[in-house]
Amino acid sequence: MAPEHEQHPLFLPLVFVGGLIFGFGLGFSHMAQPEVVLNFLQFEDLGLLFVMFGAAVVTGITFFGIKQFRREAPLTGAVYGRRLKTLDKNVVIGGGIFGVGWGLSGICPGAAYASLGVGNVVILYGIAGMFVGAYIQGYWRSTRAEGDAPATAAD
Amino acid sequence: MTATLSIAMVAELFPNGISHYAIGGILVGLGVTVIYLGTAIPAGASTFLESTLSYVSGLSRFQQYRVSRDWRVVFTLGIVAGAAVYALTFQSGILSSGLQPGANTGELRDVGGITIWLTEVQPWRLFLGGILIGIGTRLGKGCTSGHGVCGVGSASSASFVGVATFLLVAIGVAQLVMAMGVNP
Repeated sequence: MAPEHEQHPLFLPLVFVGGLIFGFGLGFSHMAQPEVVLNFLQFEDLGLLFVMFGAAVVTGITFFGIKQFRREAPLTGAVYGRRLKTLDKNVVIGGGIFGVGWGLSGICPGAAYASLGVGNVVILYGIAGMFVGAYIQGYWRSTRAEGDAPATAAD
Repeated sequence: MTATLSIAMVAELFPNGISHYAIGGILVGLGVTVIYLGTAIPAGASTFLESTLSYVSGLSRFQQYRVSRDWRVVFTLGIVAGAAVYALTFQSGILSSGLQPGANTGELRDVGGITIWLTEVQPWRLFLGGILIGIGTRLGKGCTSGHGVCGVGSASSASFVGVATFLLVAIGVAQLVMAMGVNP
């Protein structure tokens, strides 16, 4: 288990500040507007590429760069690592299902939270749907895992 | 001649310019960076859906996120608050910049001096899409921030495959929905 049960007094404030910058960025880039995302997917405005890859370049520099200077994070003592997941068929099946939902609605989780922040109360339909979907897969996978032998706490 | 032509084509692909997209993307990356430098956690947005369900459901799938559920709530509240800061400043016209073109989709409405933005995408699309997003992001181990930003930034092969899959499928579906005349 990752050492995420944090006691440092600055842990939650730092997470909030990070979320604040993240959410402001999603508002500023209009990603909180499902229409703008749909315009991207329909090839009418490819600006979204600059958002996603602009962000990935920054995190890439951070993830690879920090290791030159420090081994462990100051607030948690956790060792700096990359975000690596096992590549299996779930990545493709889940990615495909997410893709259908993203293409149908123009929303994704982070952008939906930000959309609420810009005043778009209609997005609550989307956020409610996400919780329903997360529950459906969690129910299915939890009950299936108990039916099988030892449950693996994967991904 | 060729140069003029390609500039015109580029302008057509980016009718609203690129500055606010690039700046917003860099800020999203900086938000992840701030959390990562302090904690070594590469934060994604979709785990919040399952970790928050652990407050109300004892299912093992949700309980495994019990240890991270509090900070994930704080992260999400931060995202909502950050977007609200944007709404109170640029969206409400208190701040303006040539790098920020302002919304030209949906509906802007004045509520007590604050400008809020409302989508015109139909609720059934948001709800049905939301269900599929809830299933797909959790089964597929990440969303646009987990795979798209943190995973790609980590040069993770699972994330490259995840992003390629959801991007291509979403393009196909959005084009199909548009072709079927569903708008907005």
